[in-house]
This record gives sequence, structure tokens and C-alpha cells, in this order.
Amino acid sequence: MADPMRIRASMAGDKVEVRVLMSHEMETGLRKDANGALVPAHFIQNVTVTHAGKTVLSAQWGTSISKNPFVHFRFKGGKPGEKVTISWVDNKGERRTDEAVIISG
Amino acid sequence: MRYRLPVLVLAAMCSGACVAQQDTQKEIERYRQLLAEGNPADLFEARGEELWKAPRGPKKASLEQCDLGLGAGVVKGAYAQLPRYFSDTDRVQDLESRLVTCRVTLQGFTPGDAVKNPFSAPGRSSDMEALASYVAAESKGMKLDAPLSHPKEVEAFRIGEQLFYRRAGPHDFACVSCHGETGRRIRLQELPKLTDPKDARKIFTTWPAYRVSQGTVRTMQHRLYDCYWQMRHPQLDYVSEASIALEVFMAKYANGGEIQAPGLKR
Repeated sequence: MADPMRIRASMAGDKVEVRVLMSHEMETGLRKDANGALVPAHFIQNVTVTHAGKTVLSAQWGTSISKNPFVHFRFKGGKPGEKVTISWVDNKGERRTDEAVIISG
Repeated sequence: MRYRLPVLVLAAMCSGACVAQQDTQKEIERYRQLLAEGNPADLFEARGEELWKAPRGPKKASLEQCDLGLGAGVVKGAYAQLPRYFSDTDRVQDLESRLVTCRVTLQGFTPGDAVKNPFSAPGRSSDMEALASYVAAESKGMKLDAPLSHPKEVEAFRIGEQLFYRRAGPHDFACVSCHGETGRRIRLQELPKLTDPKDARKIFTTWPAYRVSQGTVRTMQHRLYDCYWQMRHPQLDYVSEASIALEVFMAKYANGGEIQAPGLKR
């Protein structure tokens, strides 16, 4: 499994503010290595964030997302103490899921 | 009268161009503040903390007893008093050379193995970068206070000073060639005048930093290695006496600056 994500989820008014830092190479497949060979594409394709069983964010990424992606977003309906779960799947089928507890702002 | 007009014209030209450059600087600063939140160095800090506690090497020991200057295992605030003289090795050391020492004495690595893979490359990450991120982060917000009292610290400063000003190599460059004047820039990167505390305190304390162009955290050792490469000087060896002397020299002007490491740079 890849390196763990760093997740911070806190209250901002009545919304939950989530910041996620993912560890991923995000290779476009267009780069060449020192020998001139193409470095194969390896990037996150789908990101899903759920809370209390509902999907609060769904993202479909391509090769334009940078290495070690950072996502910052807000959603309504969460409260301190509840969990936010973040999952990603990449083009090689590798996946990673991490969760964080919402803290009060 | 005749001589005053050209001076006034020059002054007007400078103020127009100067204001434009200041506005650009402000925008760049604002952009950097927006980016600072998602600093991938956080990932390195987390990995560094794991590596600090992981039993490694022939002795299968962790680095938790490593003395970085404040006593065995004390990490908080340690980065703020480096580089400095250490009596157990009888020499001046910076963070990375101290980690190398602990790898040898605590974990049982040979000196040759302890300095392997200091800088990560595609497909090969470096433990040193993660460890440096973790230790530096534990001094975040504190003021740099590297000592300059022990005779060997003073000697290191003098050596660093010589190296800073000595022009050499095919370009006849020294550190001072780029870092000797206020307001200089190379391409789009502003260059700090490293002997001016106003610049040094803000910049020296942002190392180690995640360098976006490198896709990884780079340490001060790497910065110096890279500078020597850019000047087309001979290779600066990892944790060499010369590299530490340069750090002692720079730290003198940077002392008092607030540590904002690990930073985020281009």
C-alpha cells in the first residue's frame, strides 16, 4: 500500500473543512527517464470521500494533477467526532483508503 | 541646473520599474502563501518520525537515543541550535552529519553505509530527507540560535567565510557572486544577500524544503551541493567539513530568524 494520506477535517461554521494531502507519483506517461525510455503513466484516476455512508466528493482525475496532490474542500452535514473517509484508485488498480475524525474548528 | 534633470529622470524611471517589481513580488508572496497549506513536506515529516523510531541497521536500534545537541533523544528545539560543536566527535556538525553519526554509533552502520543515498532520485527515496524534515519541523517557530563560541565553531566560521568569498572554477564564481548583493535574482528566483541578516533570517530558516521542481524535500546539504554544481566548482562532498563550515558562516547572519522549515520552494 502507498504512503498514508494526511487528512485534517475541522468545523468551519456549519460546514466541515477537509484538507487532504495524498502521496502519489502522478506520472503522466509522457516523461522520459535518463535512458530515454518513457516512464509509464501512474496516476490517481478516482477519488471518493464519504461521510456517514454518503459520498460528499467524487473526483475523476487525469494526468494534469501534480505529484503529491492536495485537495481542500468543504461539505455540509458533518459534526465533530464523526469520521470522514477518503479513498483513491489509480490507473494500475492500486488503492488507498484513510479516514479522519472531524475536530471542532 | 543642467545636472539635476538627468538625475530626476533616472529617479522617475526607477520608481516606475521598482514599483512594478514590488507588485510582482507581492503577488508571488500571496501565491506562495496560498500554496503553503498543501506542502508535501508534511508527508516527509510523517515518514521521518517513523524512521526516527524504527529499529534499523546491524544493531537493530532506533535513533531515539540520538543526541542532536540538547541531550539524547531530545528532538524539540534541536534544529534551532545547529550547526554546533559536539564533544563526543570533537568537531562541528550540522543536522545531517549528526544523523550520520547516530546511524553509525547507535544503529551500527559502517561510515560508508551511513552516508549512502543522501539525496533521493527517481525510484529511490532518501531516508535522510524524511529524517531532516521531521527534526526541522520539531523546531518550527523557534528562533535560530546556532552558537559561535567554541574555538572549533569560530574556526569553521573562518573557513566558511573564505569559501564564501573565494572565486574559482571556470566561471570564476564564488557564493558571493550570486549572494553578495541585495535585490539580485537569477531567472525568476530572487537571491538573498546571505551576509545581510534581513535576508538571511528569512531564507536560511526555510531549509529543508519541498522543492517542487525536484518533487522531493531537499536539505541544506543538497542546496550547497547544488550551488557548487551550478558554479561549476568540484563536487561538494556530503557532510564534508567544507559544507558544514559554510553552514556555520551562514547561520551567524541568520541567527534570530524564525525557523519555518520544512518550507516550500520552486
